Amino acid sequence: MSRNEVAILGAGMHPWGKWGKNFVEYGVVALKAAIKDAGIEWKDVDFVVGGDTMRNGYPGYVAGATFAKAMGWTGIPIASCYAACATGAQAIEIARTRILAGMAQVAVVVGADTTPKGFLAPNKGERTLDPDWLRFRLLSATNPTYFGLYAQRRMDLYGATEQDFARIKVKNSKHGFSNPNARYRQIYTEAEVLASPLVAAPLRLFEICATSDGGAALVLCSMEYAKKKGIAKPVRISAVSTVSPTFPNTVIDMPDFSTDSAAGIAAPERTFKDSISWAAYREAGVDPSDVNVAEVYDLSSALELDWYENIGLCKQGEAEGLLRSGATEIGGRVPVNPSGGLSCFGEAVPAQAIAQVCELTWQLRGTAGERQVAGAKVGITANQGLFGHGSSVLCTR
Amino acid sequence: MSTTSDKPSAKQKKRVPAIEGWIDIDPANPRLVGYKDDASGTYFFPKDVSIARAPGFSDTPLREVRLSNRGKLWSYTTNYYKPPEPAIAKDPFVPYTVAAVELTEERMVILGQLADGVDPKSITVGQEMELTLATLYEDDEHEYVVWKWKPVAA
Repeated sequence: MSRNEVAILGAGMHPWGKWGKNFVEYGVVALKAAIKDAGIEWKDVDFVVGGDTMRNGYPGYVAGATFAKAMGWTGIPIASCYAACATGAQAIEIARTRILAGMAQVAVVVGADTTPKGFLAPNKGERTLDPDWLRFRLLSATNPTYFGLYAQRRMDLYGATEQDFARIKVKNSKHGFSNPNARYRQIYTEAEVLASPLVAAPLRLFEICATSDGGAALVLCSMEYAKKKGIAKPVRISAVSTVSPTFPNTVIDMPDFSTDSAAGIAAPERTFKDSISWAAYREAGVDPSDVNVAEVYDLSSALELDWYENIGLCKQGEAEGLLRSGATEIGGRVPVNPSGGLSCFGEAVPAQAIAQVCELTWQLRGTAGERQVAGAKVGITANQGLFGHGSSVLCTR
Repeated sequence: MSTTSDKPSAKQKKRVPAIEGWIDIDPANPRLVGYKDDASGTYFFPKDVSIARAPGFSDTPLREVRLSNRGKLWSYTTNYYKPPEPAIAKDPFVPYTVAAVELTEERMVILGQLADGVDPKSITVGQEMELTLATLYEDDEHEYVVWKWKPVAA
């Protein structure tokens, strides 16, 4: 097993929604909940990492400081980081490595966001050197455009159907129905999903994740500290993967116009998305077949199928079969997105990867209530941030 | 976008690339402008830095090349909602399709819109596609040209 373990002492969230408040408020609520859950005081914390938000001005760019100030300055070191959708995993990794280096005992990780309505759009101005701006200007390539490309490819290559994509939405809507932190708590039928308007064919409105307000936080500590607190069997973070692609990256990624060329240098053994969780499995010494529960980034319903393969739950081209078998529903062999996933949450960018780990914490403790995956001992999260940010956290108990 | 009163009203607008340096808009042989690092044999599009982005090859020079104009359809999707700015949408809005095409020789996938008039229901992953040009937008003096993909005529 992994020698790089830290304990998860506490987890907390502010419910996802469109609350229209300052992001700091969501972060503080989540942080206080995590600290209470950990059974410690704010004054016990000796390191803070904030996941940055790009949509809320300067306080969002220095989120670590913003949250530390809001909780009351205690003079401790702080860090802030941004890695798009992978921000939370990177924040966790910064805290974990500092704990493993012996430079912190109790660290908190917190991310929160307040988002505008509608499509995520690039920053303003004539930004002709920014590929994120140019993909909108030259191609009208929105985020759902990329999700649509992946979904259509599955249909043409692997026989995925619109019913498969709808089935994932239905599954996740059932999972998230009882989750008090979920924004959308409504059970859908396949017919309802298939009646929603097309956005980026073959994907429909109910199959594409919204943007949400929300906040999530974790209290991490050294294994010794957990022992001193009398917690014999804490949920542990056994691995964190924040890998980047290996050249040539041959699968088109948001927000790029093109892949790398594989004409000169052979493509790596694993695609970037395959390499993300592989690094976590390798670090933890865990096999994909050991996984009991997974939280993956269902930016679209169809993307969840890609993740089944990327995290090794099945081979390439077999995700539709795994889904249809019921294995990924609660009660199945390896439930995926028991929280309800992005389908029920919508994305609060810097909070989302932290929220995935909050869910695993509750699942592995056995305190997830109606959405509990029975007997879960090993869980993995997977996610990918714009511009080459891998994100995977492997938890064990 | 100045207008002058002595400008002939029927004057033909000058066609220019919508983004300088990315497209050779020769109507007889339109091509994307790429770069090649001859040491590793790797192509790049678009040129975002002056060096070859292949590990170990950052000291080798890049040579401007015209990329091949054909490849295989990797995937495609039709968008049914008006995209946010700075996207330029037709007014009134009509759905548009974005295609990803893998250039056979360069072994790279390049995005582009599907040419107007091609029914997205008629295309399928793996089929042969070729580059074409279209006007993205225009002002009083210029037509700004972008690349699009269309099926190779059977």
